[in-house]
Amino acid sequence: MRCADFKESYVKDEEIFQSLFVKCWLAAFLIFLLLFPLFANSYVLYFANMIGFAVIASVGLNLLTGFTGQISLGHAAFVGVGGYTCAILMTRLEMPFWFALPCGGIVAALAGLIIGIPSLRVKGLYLCMATLASQFIFEFIFIHWESLTKGIRGINVPPPRIGSFAFDNERSYYYLTLVFALLAVVYGRNLVRSKVGRAFVAIRDRDLAAEIMGISLFRYKLTAFAVSSFYAGVAGGLWVCFLRIVTPEHFPFHLSIQYLAMVIVGGLGSILGSIFGAVFMTLIPELLNVLTGSLREVFPTASKLFIPLKEVVFGSLIVIFLIFEPRGLAEIWRRIKAFFLLWPFSY
Amino acid sequence: MDILIQIIITGIATGGVYGLIALGFVLIYKATSIVNLATGSFMTLGAFICFTFITALKFPFWAALLATLVCSVLLGIILERMILRQLIGEPIISVVMVTIGLAIAMQGLTHMIWSPEYRSFPEIFPPDPLDLGFAVVPSGLLWGFIFAVAGMAFFLLFFKFSRTGVSMRATANDQQAALSMGISVRRIFALSWSFGALAAFVGGIVIGNMSGISIYMGDIGLKVLAVIILGGLDSITGAIVGGFIIGILENLAGLYLDPVFGGGVKAVAPFFILVLILMIRPYGLFGKETIERV
Repeated sequence: MRCADFKESYVKDEEIFQSLFVKCWLAAFLIFLLLFPLFANSYVLYFANMIGFAVIASVGLNLLTGFTGQISLGHAAFVGVGGYTCAILMTRLEMPFWFALPCGGIVAALAGLIIGIPSLRVKGLYLCMATLASQFIFEFIFIHWESLTKGIRGINVPPPRIGSFAFDNERSYYYLTLVFALLAVVYGRNLVRSKVGRAFVAIRDRDLAAEIMGISLFRYKLTAFAVSSFYAGVAGGLWVCFLRIVTPEHFPFHLSIQYLAMVIVGGLGSILGSIFGAVFMTLIPELLNVLTGSLREVFPTASKLFIPLKEVVFGSLIVIFLIFEPRGLAEIWRRIKAFFLLWPFSY
Repeated sequence: MDILIQIIITGIATGGVYGLIALGFVLIYKATSIVNLATGSFMTLGAFICFTFITALKFPFWAALLATLVCSVLLGIILERMILRQLIGEPIISVVMVTIGLAIAMQGLTHMIWSPEYRSFPEIFPPDPLDLGFAVVPSGLLWGFIFAVAGMAFFLLFFKFSRTGVSMRATANDQQAALSMGISVRRIFALSWSFGALAAFVGGIVIGNMSGISIYMGDIGLKVLAVIILGGLDSITGAIVGGFIIGILENLAGLYLDPVFGGGVKAVAPFFILVLILMIRPYGLFGKETIERV
């Protein structure tokens, strides 16, 4: 227990920033994030952007899987729906990015509502299967609805603009991503401490009991699906405008698993955890890439090992975290903090 | 008309193979309530191990098959003991994700050990197709079908008559009662995993023999999910019947709908069927019906 950590009301207990100390550190971190592009090169900034998209999507997935307990093996499909909507609105109808992006989110949320309907009837394993099937069905639609999506050739997307200023390189796009990621995290963190968030947790812990307490399962399960897919759609729209192209290959089943892995490795039911997870799972493949690259001089065959090694590490990370640290990086972070708070008298 | 009959025959033959792989899912689910999404990777691994025994070590086919089966049993026991046993009592998402993690790691390992090139399987069966008069069955499909039926018959008889089979059914029915009857539930769990791996390995060999092997052949494992949902997650009969139905439907969809949608329907049809079944009858044709009204 920390000293002077005594609260007199629930409002205080639910506060996000519990002390001045935390606020200072967070402010420092924000300033760091704002200044980061000044001393980073475009390679690093590319990954910073990727992390941003991953943060948005995984916070969304955590709201659904971590907080509401509804497993989704098809999150990449929602990302894809958002991305395609955004791209089509911007190219066919020549709408500005600022209108197309929320539209992408809304269309993805509608898709999420449709996929969420089975969740009212089936749960657990069966919901897994339903979302997994929807992943493949959406992939099929992306490829074969050629008149709309241009099939495997993909759609070229213009960059977002304000007036005559275009967000067309990694550095300027970084600020765009940063703003949206911050909005996503702040909204998510506030949502889970509201009435809706508590309803989500109640449904996760025991749906029958939640129903008896007057929580409408129909309403809140679908809300969870819609909010989570809205996040996914926004992430997809941002991602597509960053890459400037969208093809069906961007949204494979593997991406869905990657998002789930972020949520699990980061920590189910923790917003902070999904941020950790997104950072961790985006950087690990790159670290491996650098590692196998540097080994190339010693062992010329090492670079061939990169792709399979990435898979092995990725799969093993999921297994290891689930067995040894089911609450993920967020729990490790909490333990580290507790250690330093009480050091050197931990008992 | 000829083409319709031909397609149905092909459907029945592929359906047999689906049924065999579905058995791999059902055997594990029945005893441990885990849907093993790593079945696809098991198949790939099985095919590659058998391939190596035949080509690199020059085993005759029957010896290679036997050696592969021994490997599958060992793999099942090791995975159950090291990984799945730690997860007893954990929420479903953990268990599902562990099997997915396993699948990815195993696919990576297969990729590392055997390179990703496509290979054709050495010819182990006589290549003559069977001419039924009204339709022709290619040799690969025919032998796949024979293997599948043999595997199913073996498991059906095993569960019906052998002592271990009966105790496996008892465990599936009620773990507590099984324990009090002196059945070692742990042993049964290990056994079901090795049986599941065995069925998947045989399925992998059969499919490898039909269409060659590559590290991506495991993707078929996800299609088989439609089979087990249709048949009922915990029913062996369901797996077999579901296999045939999905096999036929998939080929029919490929025949009639591919021209409409411009190809690819065959691969996605099982998933459409899967969603339909989940909407109408989630416990499948033969599955145990658990009613929970919320």
